[in-house]
Order: sequence, then C-alpha cells, then structure tokens
Amino acid sequence: MQNLHVCKLYSFLFFFQRVLRRFRLDNPFLTALGLIASGDAALMQIIALSLRVTLTAVLIACAVGLPLGAALALGRFPGRGAVIVVFNALMGLPPVVAGLVVYLMLSRSGPLGPLGLLFTPTAMILAQTILILPIVVSLTRSVVEDLWSEYAEQLRSLGAGRVRAVPTLLWDGRVSLLTGVLAGFGRASAEVGAVLIVGGNIAGHTRTMTTAITLETSRGNLGLAVALGIILLGLTLTLNALAWGAGQWARRRLG
Amino acid sequence: MTAPAPILPLALEGVGFEVAGRALLSDLSLRIEAGRRLVVMGANGAGKTLLMRLCHGLIAPSSGRLRWADGSRRPEAQAMVLQRPVLLRRSVAENLDYPLALRGMAAPDRRAAVARALSRFGLGALGDRPARLLSGGEQQRVALARAALMAPQILFLDEPSAALDPSATRQIEEMIAGFSAEGITIVMTTHDLGQARRLAEDVVFLHRGRLVEHGSAADFFAGPQTPEARAFLAGDLFW
Repeated sequence: MQNLHVCKLYSFLFFFQRVLRRFRLDNPFLTALGLIASGDAALMQIIALSLRVTLTAVLIACAVGLPLGAALALGRFPGRGAVIVVFNALMGLPPVVAGLVVYLMLSRSGPLGPLGLLFTPTAMILAQTILILPIVVSLTRSVVEDLWSEYAEQLRSLGAGRVRAVPTLLWDGRVSLLTGVLAGFGRASAEVGAVLIVGGNIAGHTRTMTTAITLETSRGNLGLAVALGIILLGLTLTLNALAWGAGQWARRRLG
Repeated sequence: MTAPAPILPLALEGVGFEVAGRALLSDLSLRIEAGRRLVVMGANGAGKTLLMRLCHGLIAPSSGRLRWADGSRRPEAQAMVLQRPVLLRRSVAENLDYPLALRGMAAPDRRAAVARALSRFGLGALGDRPARLLSGGEQQRVALARAALMAPQILFLDEPSAALDPSATRQIEEMIAGFSAEGITIVMTTHDLGQARRLAEDVVFLHRGRLVEHGSAADFFAGPQTPEARAFLAGDLFW
C-alpha cells in the first residue's frame, strides 16, 4: 500500500520534471523559495495586499452573513424559500460577474461613481465580499437550522425566544461554521476575475497573487507564475491547517 | 425582594390537543396542587409527555385552557427537564449560567449561584468540563441542576432517569426528593413502577389521551379503579 503511494509520487514528480524541461523552466519550487528568501519588496507587497483584501472581505461577509444566515434559518416569512434558493445559487456566482456588477456600480457613471472607488483595494474587498457572502449565509443557515431542530424546545423551556436563540446557536455551531468561513476564504483567495475587473491589476496598488499569476503567465514568465502559485497554495494550506487544528481542539474540548 | 406570587395550583380545564385532526389528548381536566409530587403514568403514546409540554407551555392546547393561580399565561417560575435534555456545547458551568443570563441576572450573582449549584449537586469537579462529554448520569444531573437554578415553583420531569443505571437513578431520585423537600411541586413521568411507588404522592393515569384516574398514590397502587390502570399495573401489554 505504502509502496504504491511512493511509486505514484515518483511517477508524478518524473512527469512534472518533464513538463518543466519542456517549457524550459527553472525548478519553480526553487524559484518560490528564492523569491521568499530574497524578501522581494514587490512580492511581499503583493502577498500583503492579497491577504488584506481577502481577510477583510471574509470578516465583512461573516459580520453580515452569520446573523443573516441564522435569521434565515429561524425566521418564517413569505418568500423565505426563494431567498434561500437565491443564496444557494449565488454560491456559484462566477467571479467575473460579481466583478462586473461592482464595476458597473463604481464606474464613473454608476450609482457609486462619485466615491471614486474603482481600481482601489476597497473595490476589490467589496467584490470579494459579494463572492463570499452567499457561502457564509447558506452554510450558516444550514448549520443553524439543524441545531435549531435539536435545541428549539430546550431553549424555549429555558426562556430563550427565537431572537435570543440566534447568538446561542451561532456559538454552539462555531466548529461547523468555521468550515463555511474557510470555504469563503478559499473562494476569495483563489478567484482572479473579480479583483482583476474592479482592481485593474495595478502594480504596487491593486496587484494580488492571482492577478500577478495571470499577468506573468501571459508574459511567458511561467516559472515566476508557478512560484507565485506555490506561495499562494502554501498560504492557503497554512490557514486551513490552523483552522482545522482549532476545530479539532474545539471538538475535543467541547464535544 | 418580595416573595414571588404563587403560581399554583394549576388548573387544566377541558384541555385537548390534536394534530391533523387526530386527538392526542382529549377533554382533560386536572388540578395540580402546590407542594405535591405528582407522577403521570400510562403506556407509551398515552400522552404523558404531551401533557407535560402543554403544562410547561411549550405547546398550546387545541381546545380548553390552562389557568395558573397568578393569572399569567406562562409564569416564569417553572422549569422542565426534557426526556432528552439538550446541554449546550459549552462547559457545565456555562450551561448552568445560561438560563440565569437569559433572565438578566447580574454576572456576579450568576457566578455565585452557579458555584452554589455546582457544589450542592456534587458537580464541583465537573464545572469546567464540556457538558456534552459527560456520562449519561452526569449529564442528567447537570440538566436537573440547570432546571433547579431557574428557581421554579413547579418542576416538570419527563422520564428523569430513563436509561440510567441504578446508582445514577438513585442520585437523581435523591435530587428530586431534595427539590420536593424545598417545597417545589414535582410533576414527572416514569416507566419505572418502583420509582413511581417511591416518589409519587399523587398519580394521574392516562390511557389513549384521556385521563382515566387521578388520586393519591397509595390508593392508586393499592386498588386502581379502572380496568386499564389495573392491567397497566399488572404489566399487561394491551391497547
């Protein structure tokens, strides 16, 4: 069993080497390591901006989406089913479409044009928030709805009405909700369409990991593009490992 | 602080409950007196749990009405331990704190009350433990302690020691007897006839959603008046 895996790994690496040679690439892992080790200011700036934009978008989406999802789980109003379906569908919203919508709103003749936000990090945050929000809302709704079916009678007996139940359920569902937040982070950190449209990929201003990869690939700098990809993957992997560890710890600790 | 207004006796007047046209409880009239231990008995599906949920105000009757002595629709001074009590995904102490926080009690008072309850019910060592990871008996004691912290005048207990081993059952019964000694009115269901004999002062016997007998426990166990109750006590399975 183990040998099989090792075999697969070797054959994959062999294949990868051949691809590299075919495109005359330096080893991208070495390039990535070199880039990080050099502490290249432009690269650090790109990484910092990517993290800032995506994490801010995640925070805003959580601040809005967690209560909204819980309200959707507990509330009963006409059209609730339609709202749920729309949010579920929006989880698959193509990033370029989200970017286009924000672009139209922020462009000079758009309703928010006077704010002059187009091609700024703020515009990118806005676009990514729109991408993440449906994920957070839909997953929160489903987690809170399940918890509510278990807790409803008990909470009513203890004296908590529906409104007061919202923070209780969000807190008790925190481990499962973390997964939803991570999914949102994953979607935002991986997308390129929205930040490219509303940010414009301006060097030193709105260039993120993903837009930089797009640019370097089109320029033929495949080694650099792959290196950036590796760094991006590494960041995502680190964040997910931390979150998973926290989740496991909470599960053991809280049952 | 003034003494809370007594909420008992609780009078049920022609109470019925139906789901989709099927009567699960019908025309049930009953007076629950203060300070007594009332055991609700009957076969599975007779409506015992339903009766307690109605009394506790978790569901509303389809017909008839409940009348509390203080005239309120649902007095605060009551608590219920559900058949499968839900403990929150938090520590034992936080579970005990929760209903007090809901009532708006100040944090220092809450801490003191929780600490008192932990030591009184022998849960002191468990305060920081996640409530969901306790054993069945410990979880049930936490659920009872949480209910007691709500300062109830009447405590509804639905199968409080179902699925517990004899020693855990004894601990639960001691807790119930302790509440009763404090003057808390107890209304409970049980499938354990021995437990019913040990704890009941009054008995209500339900059969297919109807109140068939209501009287003192001594009379009920010595000589049930109806064939249904006789058969139930004799252990017959019948519908």
